[in-house]
Amino acid sequence: MSETTKSPGARSRVLVVDDDAALAEMLSIVLRNEGFEPIWCAHGDKAFSAFKEAKPDLVLLDLMLPGRDGVDVCRDIRAESGVPIVMLTAKTDTIDVVEGLEAGADDYVAKPFKAKELVARIKTRLRRMPVSEEVDVETLRIGDLSISVDGHSVKRDGVQIQLTPLEFDLLLALARRPWQVFSREVLLEQVWGYRHAADTRLVNVHVQRLRSKIERDPEHPEIVVTVRGIGYKAGETVQVR
Amino acid sequence: MVSIPRVLKSRWWRFPITWWWRSLPLRVVLTVFLASVLVLVLGGFLLMQQATLGVIDGKKETAKNEARQAVNTAQQQLNAADLTGGVNVDKLLLDLAIGFANRAEQYEVIIITPDQTITAGNAVASSIPPSLRKQVEQSYDLLMSPTRITYRDMRPTVPGLAAGATLTLPLTGQYQIYLMFPLTQELKTLAVLRTAVVTTGAILVILLTFIAALVSRQVVTPVRAARRAAESLASGNLRDRLKVRGKDDLARLAISMNYMASELEKQINTLEELSAVQQRFVSDVSHELRTPLTTVRMASEVLYEAREDFDPVAARSAELLQKELDRFEALLSDLLEISRFDAGAAQLIVEEVDLRDLVYRVVEANASLAETNNTEITVHEGGEAKAEVDSRRIERILRNLLVNAIEHSEGHPIDVLIESDDAAVAIAVRDHGVGFEASQARQVFHRFWRGDSARARTVGGTGLGLAIAMEDANLHGGWLTAWGRPAMGAQFRLTLPRKVGAILETSPLPLVPRDLVGPGGTRFDGLEAPAPLAPSSPASPAPRRAASMETTVGPS
Repeated sequence: MSETTKSPGARSRVLVVDDDAALAEMLSIVLRNEGFEPIWCAHGDKAFSAFKEAKPDLVLLDLMLPGRDGVDVCRDIRAESGVPIVMLTAKTDTIDVVEGLEAGADDYVAKPFKAKELVARIKTRLRRMPVSEEVDVETLRIGDLSISVDGHSVKRDGVQIQLTPLEFDLLLALARRPWQVFSREVLLEQVWGYRHAADTRLVNVHVQRLRSKIERDPEHPEIVVTVRGIGYKAGETVQVR
Repeated sequence: MVSIPRVLKSRWWRFPITWWWRSLPLRVVLTVFLASVLVLVLGGFLLMQQATLGVIDGKKETAKNEARQAVNTAQQQLNAADLTGGVNVDKLLLDLAIGFANRAEQYEVIIITPDQTITAGNAVASSIPPSLRKQVEQSYDLLMSPTRITYRDMRPTVPGLAAGATLTLPLTGQYQIYLMFPLTQELKTLAVLRTAVVTTGAILVILLTFIAALVSRQVVTPVRAARRAAESLASGNLRDRLKVRGKDDLARLAISMNYMASELEKQINTLEELSAVQQRFVSDVSHELRTPLTTVRMASEVLYEAREDFDPVAARSAELLQKELDRFEALLSDLLEISRFDAGAAQLIVEEVDLRDLVYRVVEANASLAETNNTEITVHEGGEAKAEVDSRRIERILRNLLVNAIEHSEGHPIDVLIESDDAAVAIAVRDHGVGFEASQARQVFHRFWRGDSARARTVGGTGLGLAIAMEDANLHGGWLTAWGRPAMGAQFRLTLPRKVGAILETSPLPLVPRDLVGPGGTRFDGLEAPAPLAPSSPASPAPRRAASMETTVGPS
């Protein structure tokens, strides 16, 4: 697991929030097999304290939980931290998924999933975007923002804007190729690591979330611009005074 | 709309008929008008006839009495006359006549002697009808007869009554006396009566018609209200109700309609609730089944990964477990999908896409499956094929059709044809495999239908793929039709309207494969001449179009 952000020796901690004991145990087996350190929490009410205690590198969150609802737990965690959250859901066609994504979940896996699929999702989320060789500048500009690639930080007029790793990756993907219009499918592949067509709602929701953080007026975005019928592109770079 | 002027032109005679049947009030008013005119004309006629008869009869009676009196008087005068002194008889009669005429103005007197005619008044002797004259000559009674009285001056002739009798003058002989009664007064009375009858009749007709219009309006207004309410109900406004006024039949109609509406609303609400319950159930089943299935699947994966460490029996079991879990999962998701359709919970998420992209994507995704089946897939596209569709569902249809074709192709090549016109886009998947009986063209879409139950099932498939594809096509307002013949392969054709909600009329692609109907298109050695194949679906304009378009897009 050398791709994780941790130092090579440490194992990534994954908090599993699921009320189904059998599934949780099975998940633990699989995760441990793959070199992660699973921590289990079965109750929605205890999820947040478990999160604070364990400080996991990633949260696997079932949406249907006893006690506090999965969407609420997701919101609580997101208010505190940018830790990657992957939802486990049995209902892919309902608004649950969108609700979870809007609450801050980075990705979701629909039950019944394959272990490989889940592990791939977790690994993608734990792996930060590799620093591309073709771009050797340390700082990128998009709109009136400056992005420090190595420092994983985004600043406007010297003030840092807090982004989750996923949002940072999304912004970085757009900023690296400001001349290119990215289709949702391409973004899904580059940011989420999906090789086949997946749920484009992921892109839509996260672009909205990103805009609400970086745009001066999210109703009239200037940094992440929608190209109708195709996708998104980076806005014009503004010369910073 | 276009057809109306043409109908007017060619069938002008139908217009009044349609007009007649279009409006109930008009029909009522017209009927009442015609009927009342008929009744009043008949009544007036009868009334006038009775009145005329009565008046004339009365006049006859009076005239008879008067005439009898006059004749008696005359006779008495004659009897009393002293004839000894060789009195001039003529003079006597003349005096008599003048005396009568002076006494009464109602009649004119004509006395006819063998020698001459004595008249008092203006009537001419020719006014006496000859028949009466003959009768009077032969009888002593007072006789009467209708006649027309002609006057000596230029006055027009007048209808009247003629009374005639014989006067006897002792010794001298007999004279006929005629009294002419003109009916001027009576005619005047009758004319006034007639005018009154006609005027009254006309007014009555107008009033009756008006009343009929009023009444029919009264009846039709609530009926129309009921009709509007029914239409409104039919269009889904279940809360619409009729106003109930009074307790008459129309009020009862309104009450019944309202009752029906509320019952309907109740039923529909119940159904909606049932459907909601069903949907929730499906959703719950989905969740409840999926969580343990996830565990089982992961466990099976772990076992499968470790199978090399097991003894052969356990290893094979792990393999089977893994493989069948895939099928189980596919079956579960297909079942859930079907029940979602049954619950009416399926929703279209529409966007405009070029269907060619979807086709290529699906073909690419199934390339490995095709390869393992030694099947070659060729796409024949005919220009852009943009349509407003739910790409997830269309992809699923195409995947189902393609996988189905690969499964049944038996290694023969598969052709995917894309064709479009202004209104629709069609995609056909043609395989040259086992095919099926023409009579099975509908059954293939049935749930869990198996083409050949004797044939071993080698490839997957849940048995629901085509049923789901059909539901997906229907959801788009599109067609999914199948054509097949044993050993000649099959063709499944999907036709989709370019715009959501548009009604399909024709498909840009024929139902029957072009390689079977086109000139020189035979691909199979065993098939000499393309047999005239009846399309399984009546909606297909197949053979004609196929023949004409073969040159533009032929199977390459």
